[in-house]
Amino acid sequence: MRRAPLSVVGLLLSCCLATSPSLGDELKDLYFGEALYYAHQGHFFAALERLDAEVRQHDDVDEPELDALYHHINDAEFSLGDFELRYRMHHRAGRAITAVLEGAVDEIVRNDAAFRLARIHFQKNQMADAMRALERIDGKVPLSIRDDIEFLRANIHLAEGRPADAIGVLEKLQDSAGFGGFAAYNLGIAYLQDGQRQAALEQLERAGQIATDDPAELAIRDKSNLVLGTLLIDAGDHARAIPFLNRVRLDGPFSNQALLSSGWANMSIDTVDRAVVPWSILAAREVTDSAAQEAMLALPYAYGKLNVHGRAAIFYGRALDSFSAEVDKLNASIDSIREGKFLQALIREEIRQDKDWVIRLRSLPETPETYYLMELLATHDFQTGLQNYLDLADLRRKLVTWEAGFDSFDEMVDIRHGHYEPLLPEVDTEFRELDSRMRLRIEQHKMLVKRRDHMLTTPRPEFLATREEQATLARLEHIETQLQGAESPFAASSMRRVRRLKGMLTWTLETEYHERLTTFDRNLRGLDEAMATVQQQYEEYVRARQAATHSFVGYETPIKRLRAQVRTAVETIDRLMARQGHLLEVVAVEELIARRSRLENYGDKARFALADSYDRATQAQAKVDDRQ
Amino acid sequence: MSRLIRTLMLILLVSGPTAASNAQELSGDDMRSLDGQVQEIKSDVLNIASELSILEERLLYPSSTQLAVFVSIDPAEKFRLDAVQLEINDELATHHIYSFQELEALQKGGVQRIYTGNVVTGDHELRVTMLGKLENGEDFTESDSFAFAKGVKPKALGVTLAGPASGRSGIQVGDW
Repeated sequence: MRRAPLSVVGLLLSCCLATSPSLGDELKDLYFGEALYYAHQGHFFAALERLDAEVRQHDDVDEPELDALYHHINDAEFSLGDFELRYRMHHRAGRAITAVLEGAVDEIVRNDAAFRLARIHFQKNQMADAMRALERIDGKVPLSIRDDIEFLRANIHLAEGRPADAIGVLEKLQDSAGFGGFAAYNLGIAYLQDGQRQAALEQLERAGQIATDDPAELAIRDKSNLVLGTLLIDAGDHARAIPFLNRVRLDGPFSNQALLSSGWANMSIDTVDRAVVPWSILAAREVTDSAAQEAMLALPYAYGKLNVHGRAAIFYGRALDSFSAEVDKLNASIDSIREGKFLQALIREEIRQDKDWVIRLRSLPETPETYYLMELLATHDFQTGLQNYLDLADLRRKLVTWEAGFDSFDEMVDIRHGHYEPLLPEVDTEFRELDSRMRLRIEQHKMLVKRRDHMLTTPRPEFLATREEQATLARLEHIETQLQGAESPFAASSMRRVRRLKGMLTWTLETEYHERLTTFDRNLRGLDEAMATVQQQYEEYVRARQAATHSFVGYETPIKRLRAQVRTAVETIDRLMARQGHLLEVVAVEELIARRSRLENYGDKARFALADSYDRATQAQAKVDDRQ
Repeated sequence: MSRLIRTLMLILLVSGPTAASNAQELSGDDMRSLDGQVQEIKSDVLNIASELSILEERLLYPSSTQLAVFVSIDPAEKFRLDAVQLEINDELATHHIYSFQELEALQKGGVQRIYTGNVVTGDHELRVTMLGKLENGEDFTESDSFAFAKGVKPKALGVTLAGPASGRSGIQVGDW
């Protein structure tokens, strides 16, 4: 039982510390909300895909404060790391959270990031880095993670072999609402590691009596009693061990081991009849369980000790039959795994719809190989390998779907190309003509605006003369030029008349100037509106023209590149799946072979014991007959 | 702590020190080495996904015609949303029936992009119909119509749903 506590500590931590992504404030960014929608369903790939794109886009904008994600950027960065962690991408998760930690962020946010980073390091078995990250926590700490931080700190101490440091931390966590049961158990283990055996026993006894109805805490309570009982058995204190083993719930996950140990403890103190009780219960349980299998041999052994050899022989016979059937089942399982059925069963979509799919897998009649693999499935490395295999299978499915989509993209681009290509030259010719006319009008409009602005400061009445007035003025000036230098008396009177007429015209222009300027301004403003409408239509046309081009131009290269990337990724995944799958199969077969070997060994023992029991039963019967 | 984690935890707790230890030792290094490579390929595929979604959006939903409709539920709401139907300009755009997982994700603050499509610039009408069940088990249906204008930029509409008991229209649509 020495390796169990530490492994449990680590595993418990990874389970307990997982936090849910959530939004404290009102949601301002729909795309962040969309990422959360997928994350809340456990679809972390989809969540990451969306959030990653959103954060990248946010990083690229010139004025980030105007972007909707600005309000959630810290949450988003955190969530990115969180999703990566949950998608088992520890390398990227670490980078994302380090980025938050090193940014100019609020104290609470920084401390939260430091904790998350420490947790990642812990999961990667980088204890020194984990502790360094925790040491960066300073000042205000979010209430929701205070106990988590201390529990993590204690576990890092334990993992680093510093139980004395862990003890100090765990003692303060004894009343924690979230970690009380686990902290109580871990404290017992810390005392044990620290060589304080008596304190460890007392602490485990306390941990074994906590009042709770939480299934996980009930399990850890059972575990405390089982560990305590086992420690006492190891020390030869069998009688004292029995009450603790009896405290383990009969319907709990540690029941089988406790029943087995309780039987052996009773045998050790020669209360054989009391050993029969737990072993009878255990022997009737799930036959694939190793403790139950051991009980099937132990029970007739106890009957033999009680000189009930006939019954012992019956139970040995049952055990023999059962072991034989199980060996056949294991052989079938080994063959099945070697045929690849185990991996096929693992990636069955309908099984994984159920969150307890690992457990359900066991009940499928067509996957006998999982009967003996529950313990293996629970080990960390196997779990990692298994999850990786499943993730790879998911990724492969996605890539294959995308690969098929490229043909549709190509077809779509070709159709658009075929549609627009013949139309565009004619449209472009018409557009160029329209464009030159537009530009001319725009220039004219600009000139008029400039002239109006100029006239507001420097009045120029002649600019506002009507066409008729301009013609009259030009004619008068022409006559005036001709009359200059003429010597006839008629010329002098004509010149006077011309000047009078010019004076009248100038009078009109000068006196009506403001009125004319107002009218001109009003007309110009009306023209402004018309020009704006034209400009808008022009821009819309340009956009539509661009959209037409963009709908089929510029896709060839990215599609080609992505197609190649997808193909390469599929090849890589196939290679990795083959290696990962093979490894899982090898490990599973190894496990099954070990179990088969144990069963065969049990079978041999049962066979000899059966013969011996028959002999003894026969001898006993003979003695009875002799006496009669 | 979710039920899955609890279940896994129980399985993990059950595992004794003898369980699969040989196999574990045999495979540990290989498993860890593969794990690093798996993380790398995940990262590569995520990059491909990101690039592909940009390409797809450009190709299928150009910004000048793009319309996206998002659905969210007020976290305080207790009604059970069964389905949502969207009609744009009297034509069925989409219809979605919610699984328990999806509903839970909405209730926790997630936002579902229920529709992405194309509409021309100008004025349009969105009709939202929701079907659900009240806390007392009674079925209800509610519909509402909303006008919106599509400009040259991509348009995003946020539909917030609430049960009839909230005292106001259960369907609110906002511009984003």
